[in-house]
Amino acid sequence: MNALAEVTVMKTAAETALAQAFAQARSRLPGSDAVAAQRAAAFDLFAREGLPHRRVEDWKYTDLRALMREAKPLASPPDAAAKARAKTAGTLIGDVESRRLVFVDGAFVPELSDIAALEPGLAVGSLAAALSANDAALAAHLGKLAPASDVAVALNTALMGDGAVIRIAAGSTIERPLHLLFVASGKPAATFVRSLLVVERGARAMLIESHEGPPGSDYQVNAALELFAGDEAHVDHVKIIGEGADALHVSTLAAAIGARARFNTFTFTVGGAVVRNQLFLNFDGEDTVAGVRGATLIKGRQHADTTLVANHIARGCQSREVFKTVLDGEAHGVFQGRIIVKPGAQKTDAKMMTRALLLSERAEADNKPELEIFADDVQCGHGATAGALDEELKFYLMARGIPAAEAEALLIHAFLGEAIEGIEHAGLREVLMEAVVAWLKVRGS
Amino acid sequence: MALLEIKNLHVEIDGKEILKGLDLAVNAGEVHAIMGPNGSGKSTLAYVLAGKKDYEPTAGEVLFNGKNLFAMEPDERAAAGFFLAFQYPLEIPGVATMTFLRTALNAQRKKRGEAELLTPEFLKKVREVAKRLGIDQEMLRRAVNVGFSGGEKKRNEILQMALLEPRLAVLDETDSGLDIDALKIVADGVNRLRSKERAFVVITHYQRLLNYIVPDVVHVLSRGRVVKTGGKELALELEARGYAEYQEEVAA
Repeated sequence: MNALAEVTVMKTAAETALAQAFAQARSRLPGSDAVAAQRAAAFDLFAREGLPHRRVEDWKYTDLRALMREAKPLASPPDAAAKARAKTAGTLIGDVESRRLVFVDGAFVPELSDIAALEPGLAVGSLAAALSANDAALAAHLGKLAPASDVAVALNTALMGDGAVIRIAAGSTIERPLHLLFVASGKPAATFVRSLLVVERGARAMLIESHEGPPGSDYQVNAALELFAGDEAHVDHVKIIGEGADALHVSTLAAAIGARARFNTFTFTVGGAVVRNQLFLNFDGEDTVAGVRGATLIKGRQHADTTLVANHIARGCQSREVFKTVLDGEAHGVFQGRIIVKPGAQKTDAKMMTRALLLSERAEADNKPELEIFADDVQCGHGATAGALDEELKFYLMARGIPAAEAEALLIHAFLGEAIEGIEHAGLREVLMEAVVAWLKVRGS
Repeated sequence: MALLEIKNLHVEIDGKEILKGLDLAVNAGEVHAIMGPNGSGKSTLAYVLAGKKDYEPTAGEVLFNGKNLFAMEPDERAAAGFFLAFQYPLEIPGVATMTFLRTALNAQRKKRGEAELLTPEFLKKVREVAKRLGIDQEMLRRAVNVGFSGGEKKRNEILQMALLEPRLAVLDETDSGLDIDALKIVADGVNRLRSKERAFVVITHYQRLLNYIVPDVVHVLSRGRVVKTGGKELALELEARGYAEYQEEVAA
């Protein structure tokens, strides 16, 4: 008998369904043979590892194998009704002027999107179209960033249907923000969207990425964005996870940032039943300044996990990570943040702070900050706190005449403000602060 | 009817009795000073009147304008015209001073059934008062008390008092940590608000403040009770002789 016989792990219903989905869909998913091979290799990884579970360190607080009771069937192309409903989507952004690219159930909908009169230096297209056309630039970048060993990423690579492919040519400044609006129709289906953003040397752009869907549907989203920022580029990224209250959302941002660049990413998480938001940031070039921030507001039985790896490879970069979570009801918030400083990354200045504000007895916040430092001339630090509202401050406000609920709202607003004020776009800052106010109003009722 | 009537007030913190039968009556238009050694219960009195948690009245009563003060939440007491200038004003990061002031003022007006103050009027008023108190416009744009020196925080308390126009203002050791110039500015701010309808209770450790805010009545607080009441000369006596004799009196 072979003493090294492989142990066959029992597959869950979801894992089996995913294998079936891939088997059925692979021949019609877009892309060349090379892409098909990428998909197959990615799926093989998933087949070997299975869905991540709590004994996988990076997923210890988000046992996806347990949380995903089933894998929904792949979404079919949106019908007219779904598209019509998507017309009124994106209201959270309000009046913020942007160029919209709309995806319904993971498929690009040109008639709802604004792709005419592109600014010079801006190229925009759908992933499905680029894959079908064997776009060389896409092939050169696809899969180069997102960590292949991550199972969520592997599933995305295997099953990706559509997404946005955006390139900003060197030296171009695109004033008008680009908005990728991913809308779920509410059909109990799964979408896998993969996007690529390349901001070449010295170029400047802002990308808003929002995900939304109706309550009452347990649809599933796996989204990934690979972002390349060239030397001296300036990129602002704001992601809004406003999925329906019963949805499952797993998304990944993988970024490679060049030298002397400015990079900001902010995630606002309010929706979804289960959310896993992962950020993998590689500081490949020297002297870059980056802000990585987020605000999460969860209640009821929501579960939101933000996992971040800031990998300092080049020297002299400055990264500031600030994450604030407000939890009510029995919500479960998770923040895992790892700063890695490689041997050559001298003069790295990396500071991470995660704060959780628990508004109820049964909410739970898990914070896992990590520092792996292999260079000896650096400044790195991290802080993590979790606590309730400061009763002394609340008393001070009430002593001035502000009623209890309003006093709490003011303090929560202030708590999140510190993260939100890091967003450079004033209109978006306002919109998100209003979203906080709206969330607080519902809480008070 | 007195504006504030305190009868036989007993207050406990964590099961320890601090106020042991305090009596005090303050009429509108009066300025009362309360002096006493450390541990006599001065701050306890201030906090229990403001409604701070953990300060438990176990016996006695407090009537504010004839109404039971302890039946009101802290914000209701404020709307009813009570104001406490904190000894240690708190910093509130993320809450702009202007926002805080406007929210507080309008919350009180709303509770009283008054119209909210319009922004231009409000801004004008704030600027006027801030100027007189030597508070920089730039400071008002910042978060409440963040980056303020001790003296600036105290002046900010007086700014709030001037805007909120309370019926009864309790100043809890407002003079602590102030140099002479800051003291004069604060005293001026308080004196401007003196009126027939308004009363002040100035809690202080040192007599010096009372040179500038001249009291009508002075009380000595010792071991949780008022042990002597007199005119403004009493403050000067205390300064000369200290509190020792009052400690003994209580013991006897």
